[in-house]
Amino acid sequence: MGTTFDAVAEIIADTSDIPLEEITPEKNAFTDLGIDSLDFLDIAFAIDKHFGIKIPLEQWTEELNENNALVDEYFVLSKLCARIDEVIAAKDA
Amino acid sequence: MLLEYFQMIDIVEELDPVNGKAVARAEVPMESTVFEGHFPGSPLVPGVLLIETMAQASGFMILSRLKFEKMPFLASVNNAKMRTFVEPGSVLRVEADLEHDGSGFAITRARISSEGKRICDSNLTFRIMPFPNDALRENMLDRFGEISRSAEE
Repeated sequence: MGTTFDAVAEIIADTSDIPLEEITPEKNAFTDLGIDSLDFLDIAFAIDKHFGIKIPLEQWTEELNENNALVDEYFVLSKLCARIDEVIAAKDA
Repeated sequence: MLLEYFQMIDIVEELDPVNGKAVARAEVPMESTVFEGHFPGSPLVPGVLLIETMAQASGFMILSRLKFEKMPFLASVNNAKMRTFVEPGSVLRVEADLEHDGSGFAITRARISSEGKRICDSNLTFRIMPFPNDALRENMLDRFGEISRSAEE
């Protein structure tokens, strides 16, 4: 989790011009860090490239829209990294 | 090209949806109302229309990959470089390569050249979304049929 978070935090800092020290696991990418959905596409691209995966953004968006899931469940960074770890594990399985 | 109608691509010359590659041809008309303003006495294709041309070549390639089930909408233009002017009568080669096939988005690297000379290039990001209505999907299919048929003639 630490490694994934470190990588994701660096990606966010690089793509969104947010100081690295402000990017902490409990922050929500959208509501706390002010990243918008277009910025998040750049982040998703960089995450995909870095980890060699395809994070299922489309599926998450549908789940958010259809199930009224909380955006925190997907985009608080600790939870985002846990989901990324799941995608990596599924790829490696 | 029909600049006024945003019909930028005349012929799709090569299309490889699996590997994410398209090459298209576009002939700049000798006359267009666009040239009356851009610029009076010195007609040049506006850079934004060259970006649109690259976006359409990319877009038809992505549409083909998606089997026209969803629509790519241009979301961002990165690192665009306009290297030289494009005058009426120019014949353009438009190339688009898929850089990344993301979930709900796609990124292409596109470029335009003419007679071997680089004109412009850019990275383009598209959001992949449901068609807002059937009419747009039909329109895209019709347009794709026209520019693909042109290549077979």
